[in-house]
Amino acid sequence: MNNLLDLEKKINSELTTKIKKSEIKHDQIFLEIDKDNLIDVTQFIKTNKEMRFRQLIDITVVDYPEQTQRFKIVYLFLSHEFNQRIILSYLINENEIIPSLTSIFPSANWMEREVFDMYGVNFKNHPDLRRILTDYGFEGHPLRKDFPLTGHTEVRYSEEHSKVVSEPVKLEQNYRNFDYESPWEGTKYIKDQNENNDKKN
Amino acid sequence: MKIMTKKIKNLNLNFGPQHPAAHGVLRLILELDGEVVEKADPHIGLLHRGTEKLIENKTYMQAVPYFDRLDYVAPMNQEHAFALAIEKILKIEVPIRAQFIRVIFCEIGRILSHILNVTTQALDVGALTPSLWGFEERETLMTFYERASGSRLHANYFRAGGVHQDLPAGLEEDISNFCERFPKIINDLENLLTDNRIFKQRNVDIGIVTKEDALDYSFTGVMIRGSGIPWDLRKSQPYDCYEQLEFKIPVGKNGDCYDRYLCRIEEMKESVSIIKQCLSKIEKGPIKSLDGKINPPPKKDLKQSMEALIHHFKLFTEGYRVPKDEIYTAVEAPKGEFGVYLISDGSNKPYKCKIRAPGFSHLQSMDYLIRGHMLADVPAVLGSLDIVFGEVDR
Repeated sequence: MNNLLDLEKKINSELTTKIKKSEIKHDQIFLEIDKDNLIDVTQFIKTNKEMRFRQLIDITVVDYPEQTQRFKIVYLFLSHEFNQRIILSYLINENEIIPSLTSIFPSANWMEREVFDMYGVNFKNHPDLRRILTDYGFEGHPLRKDFPLTGHTEVRYSEEHSKVVSEPVKLEQNYRNFDYESPWEGTKYIKDQNENNDKKN
Repeated sequence: MKIMTKKIKNLNLNFGPQHPAAHGVLRLILELDGEVVEKADPHIGLLHRGTEKLIENKTYMQAVPYFDRLDYVAPMNQEHAFALAIEKILKIEVPIRAQFIRVIFCEIGRILSHILNVTTQALDVGALTPSLWGFEERETLMTFYERASGSRLHANYFRAGGVHQDLPAGLEEDISNFCERFPKIINDLENLLTDNRIFKQRNVDIGIVTKEDALDYSFTGVMIRGSGIPWDLRKSQPYDCYEQLEFKIPVGKNGDCYDRYLCRIEEMKESVSIIKQCLSKIEKGPIKSLDGKINPPPKKDLKQSMEALIHHFKLFTEGYRVPKDEIYTAVEAPKGEFGVYLISDGSNKPYKCKIRAPGFSHLQSMDYLIRGHMLADVPAVLGSLDIVFGEVDR
């Protein structure tokens, strides 16, 4: 379906209760679902003749540490046939195990490994859930908001042991996070005034 | 007679991370049965720098240089995706001159990337000359980058709302001269490779990707076009001024390494034509949005106008704030769909910035592509995937 509104209607009417919320922003459909419906919904949008979301573009997670349902899992889909994009998301708790999409999209394999590596989210039925981007033997999940920017360990070559050793980070100076944001809202009329100034000059 | 039984074990071969044909820092664990590859397990992450984490801790303007360091052979294409994402959230218009400048430099980036890929792929299968010829042209193109932005590689040139500064005098003319000269160089490269017996023997029918698999494995860019699916974001979801330009999308037939090579060659020719069109259409005008809340004022205004001074100070300390929103924008980078999934929370830093690198999903399919091929085909397939580790590892 080429029309975004029709597509949204169609998804809502076919999947009814499985869609918790749908919204159109920036020419893309944002869908919110439940974790348990993930497989059904993706299978549907992939195979339905009027949608054909044949490509899984990416999987990622957004971390909201202050919320009870901490992680928002996000899937991006693309339909070549109808030139549309869907962004599918659902919320989970920290230790929840979520279904893997590898059986539907083989490309989900590495994307889920990355999610596992960066956020520590576990997948059910994933064929090969290993760390992917971080070092062998790395601990922690770097993209979580509570993981410090400087990390926990640093590596160096040790002459003594004749190998690369990893040690706790020692910094001469702590990482400084300046708060530059001013409490003032600023004025709204500046742009017009500028134009007036230009005229005067 | 007694039958002798002998146990044969497959050989595990460690390819890389320090290998010239690994295109960077790929470690590939190959399981070989004789000379036939049974399984390939790429180990990536040796160049992982935590770009996404760093971007979350920087203001929007400070985040731009990180995009140069992703796919470092075509830096400005990456910046483009990020700039577009912010522009869409902030709903700012980009002046037409800025759009043309950005498209010119994106296409220069495409040529840069394709020259590198085509010639190193040739190098991987045994041809040395193309890379020597190609790199000379890359050098010329990088001086264009330098003249516009001040640096050859890490340009940091695109801004939300336009580009950092106007083109210096004479650059447009020099780019135009280059466009006249360059098709001959492509022809020379083609004379060396396209009908070359050895090059064809090494590439034709190697690493074939079917249409279905190209979709299933999330291939984009040349990888999907090589398999016969005419899909190019510049046409299907045009951004900036691509709608005003005329260009063709080369599509492969067989989906093998050779077709992908041909696609890249044709794309370079199209890029030259795009640059020419841009140069003929470009007019004088502003090069970034005039909204002082987003883009800094010209240097000379700082001495005249109090408002300009305040804007300058605020932008370079606090940066600009981006309202709470969520967006995915993608551009057709030389290697495929490069996307930025940006979540802003109303502050001056992105809350989340996921980078979708095309090379990541391409490299993932290495196991599927190489299974059953000979060991010698590994560099050929790897070369045609067009992998750059800056973006795969992020």
